Amino acid sequence: MKFGVVVFPGSNCDQDCFYVIKDVLKQPVKYIWHKDTRLDGLDCVILPGGFSYGDYLRTGAIARFSPVMKFITDFARKGGAVLGICNGFQILLEAGLLPGVMLKNRNLHFICRYVYIKTENNQTRFTGLYNRGQILKIPIAHNEGNYYIDAAGLKELKNNNQIVFRYCSATGEISDQFNPNGALDNIAGIINKKGNVLGMMPHPERSSEKELGSEDGYFIFKSIITRLKNKRKW
Amino acid sequence: MKPGVYHSLGLSEQEYQNICKILKRQPTNTELAMFSVEWSEHCGYLCSRKWLKLLPKTGKYKTLIGEDSGGIIIDDLAIIFKMESHNHPSQIEPKQGAATGVGGIIRDIFTAGARPIASLNSLRFGPLSQAYNKYLLSGVVNGIQFYGNCVGVPTVGGEIYFDESYSGNCLVNAMCIGIAKKEKLMRARASGKGNAIMYVGSSTGRDGIGGCSILASHEFKEGEEKRPTVQIGDPFTEKCLIEATLEAINTGYLVGIKDMGAAGLTCCTSEMASAGNSGMDVELKAVPRREENMEPWEIMMSESQERMLVCVKKGKEEQIKKIFLKWDLNASVIGRVTEDGLVTIMDNGKIMAQIKAHSLTKAPIYNMPYRKPRYLRKLNKLKLSKIPDSKDYNQVLLKLLAAPSITNKAWVYEQYDHMVGTNTVVLPGSDAAVLRLSRFGGRTNKGIAATTDCNSRYCFLNPYKGAQIAVAEAARNLVCSGARPAAVTDCLNFGNPQKPESFWQFKNCVDGIAGACRAFNIAVVSGNVSFYNESPQSAINPTPAIGMIGIINDINKTCSQNFKQEGDIVILLGYCREELGASEYLKEIHNLIRGDTPQLDLRLEQAVQKTALQVIEKGEVNSAHDCSEGGLAVALAECCISSKCNMIGANINNLNYEMRADALLFGESQSRIILSCNKDSVEKIRKIALEFKAPFCVIGKTGGKVLRILNDIEELIYLPLEDLYKEWSGSLKKKIEG
Repeated sequence: MKFGVVVFPGSNCDQDCFYVIKDVLKQPVKYIWHKDTRLDGLDCVILPGGFSYGDYLRTGAIARFSPVMKFITDFARKGGAVLGICNGFQILLEAGLLPGVMLKNRNLHFICRYVYIKTENNQTRFTGLYNRGQILKIPIAHNEGNYYIDAAGLKELKNNNQIVFRYCSATGEISDQFNPNGALDNIAGIINKKGNVLGMMPHPERSSEKELGSEDGYFIFKSIITRLKNKRKW
Repeated sequence: MKPGVYHSLGLSEQEYQNICKILKRQPTNTELAMFSVEWSEHCGYLCSRKWLKLLPKTGKYKTLIGEDSGGIIIDDLAIIFKMESHNHPSQIEPKQGAATGVGGIIRDIFTAGARPIASLNSLRFGPLSQAYNKYLLSGVVNGIQFYGNCVGVPTVGGEIYFDESYSGNCLVNAMCIGIAKKEKLMRARASGKGNAIMYVGSSTGRDGIGGCSILASHEFKEGEEKRPTVQIGDPFTEKCLIEATLEAINTGYLVGIKDMGAAGLTCCTSEMASAGNSGMDVELKAVPRREENMEPWEIMMSESQERMLVCVKKGKEEQIKKIFLKWDLNASVIGRVTEDGLVTIMDNGKIMAQIKAHSLTKAPIYNMPYRKPRYLRKLNKLKLSKIPDSKDYNQVLLKLLAAPSITNKAWVYEQYDHMVGTNTVVLPGSDAAVLRLSRFGGRTNKGIAATTDCNSRYCFLNPYKGAQIAVAEAARNLVCSGARPAAVTDCLNFGNPQKPESFWQFKNCVDGIAGACRAFNIAVVSGNVSFYNESPQSAINPTPAIGMIGIINDINKTCSQNFKQEGDIVILLGYCREELGASEYLKEIHNLIRGDTPQLDLRLEQAVQKTALQVIEKGEVNSAHDCSEGGLAVALAECCISSKCNMIGANINNLNYEMRADALLFGESQSRIILSCNKDSVEKIRKIALEFKAPFCVIGKTGGKVLRILNDIEELIYLPLEDLYKEWSGSLKKKIEG
């Protein structure tokens, strides 16, 4: 199982993702520079959080033109696992690997705090170790996490079970009151139809160790590994 | 030369004559500009240097004092930190002023070779009832989040106070902490004949010209337009610069490196040469620029952001250049180190300035006169009998919890990314932020705690004791999180030093800090002085902000302020005196800024702190919180409500003090810590307190959904936690957003 963490200029959660995979999950991992053109031998590519290109113009709008994105698109087409976290999610939207767009948070402020999300779909290679409906305590940190998609798009997401995480209360209640940023339908994370590209606003790499206050994010990475290991055995 | 020229650059007649004497001729325009910035108060510390020597440079931890920052050594790690002011730029343009303040202090840390791992800040504004102060607070917070979040350094803590004296001159003090392997540390020096002087980072424009000499070294006057002197920040470039610089340092090819902060290229060339006992020849033609037709003096004075000067070993220029180019940053060799001790600035081969590096950096030292302000004699007098005791203590407590200086600051810190880097173990909202070090030092279990502190009302009424209390309280905050106070950075904000009463405040605060640090045996490893914080209305309260770092031996034994479970025993270490002077209570309830500060007995303080530290390290307590503004009642309320999802009430029924109830509840006696613990731990804690001679008293028990405080049998406070939480949590947002 080999992970790659993409480094765009301005990425700032790249080292945190790298650390969690290497030192917490003890898996091989390497950095992929945004100008790299080879993804050989990788099983999972992570697009980390941060401010690629300073978020100038629009979040993710410049990073999607980085040379590596063409190869990540190919990698995804061939079924490779791609996980976009926060800014990584925004880049996946801009690159068209996931549907929809991000608007500014409805309070117009950056928001950094722990929230709760509900696992709506545990039948993915990223969420296989969670129970359906499991509530995760996990932090968010973003300016633009207010997910939006048109009515037809939302219907399609629902029909295909592509909504993986939704913001909720500590007890799992989903309502506007527990929606931190105004995201449509409390959407916190979605997956592509094929089931190999996941984008999520909350940060699993910040909640993978007990010391930091929550281990709930750990099982995203663990799920990917478990799934791939099993696949190889089969 | 006409006096108008050097006056407009902020130099006096005397200073101009001095310059002529040093050069043995009249200065060129470029030379004059260079002297004006290097000899400004901001860069040269003309008035303050004499007194700063009083601050202890050594303490119980091994210290490192660099050119632009300092730190301590823990095992094989260096903890580098510093706090710096960006007050005047923030008053004019709050977003960019604060943003570039954050950017500048972060550069001071990574140019020392340390990876920045946390930022803190200490902010002061006028009352939020005035629209401009609201604009300043929102703008400053916006600037800090804009820069800090993007650059990827978590903003883990800070403090915000409001006082009339800051209307017209807000304070923005930014602190940064970095970690390095100690063998990777860099100095801000240039040496070794023939070594390259390389310019890296953003290109040079006309922004920020005169920022340090015109803006930072003079007070605000009516109707002045100083906006063009404020710099513009680009956190994206800085993030790239951090990575490129640390990569470059790792090669071992760098001799020295320095941030082009205040006074830009002038400061870097002269101070690096001076620190390395060498000289340098610099060709301005090679300086990357973003504007056309810039004059040599403009290039030398520009304070464009995100630029650095690097001294590279001869022959290794290309390797270093490659690293910066990879990150899409400029890297250009602009000069060479010489042995003549001269900073020689050339434009297309023509010499524009040639000055001994030492003469630029050895700014004159002034002996400023000082005098105790007369108004203090009157203000320090406070007859308690003349102050009516409030009868409705519930209302007083609610009002204090909503007071902007006390109320919960989540509206602010939730706008800051305080988790990036995944080292923040105790998040904002407790007495001190706690960071783990395990990602830097192999298997270490150690951590650090950090806090900033200063009650400027205390410093106004009694600068010496106020400053001592700032140090004591910072240490107390660290102890409450389970850390051993280790070292200090100070950011000394004062009014016009040429006014004797203002300078008296400065001198006494420095004395106070020095004395308190000696008592704790901790060093002041870095710092900054900001004078001229005055507006036409008034000077600011003297504000010597203390940034303090503490060491946690075992990161699993940290402590936070909120009560953890029902049925715990509540203990008070220290004791309550009948004192109300300088308190938040007097200000908020009686509209009085009067009296003397609370007493401070440094021996008692240490007894209390040692006790608290030991019981936390032994795992005997479940929470620890220090008593500060608002006194015992506010501190107890905070223990009850600061964890929103786990609010626990308390019944405080054993306060056996014969004194006015308002003084008992809201007096700000120092050296007090509230602990909560399991029943079984009480005797162990009592024993340890006895050993250190710290006053110990079981004052009540946790539980329920109400905070109840009794004096003997009289019920003073009875408030549901919901009510306390509502006032404490919502009032800042309401005041800002309406």
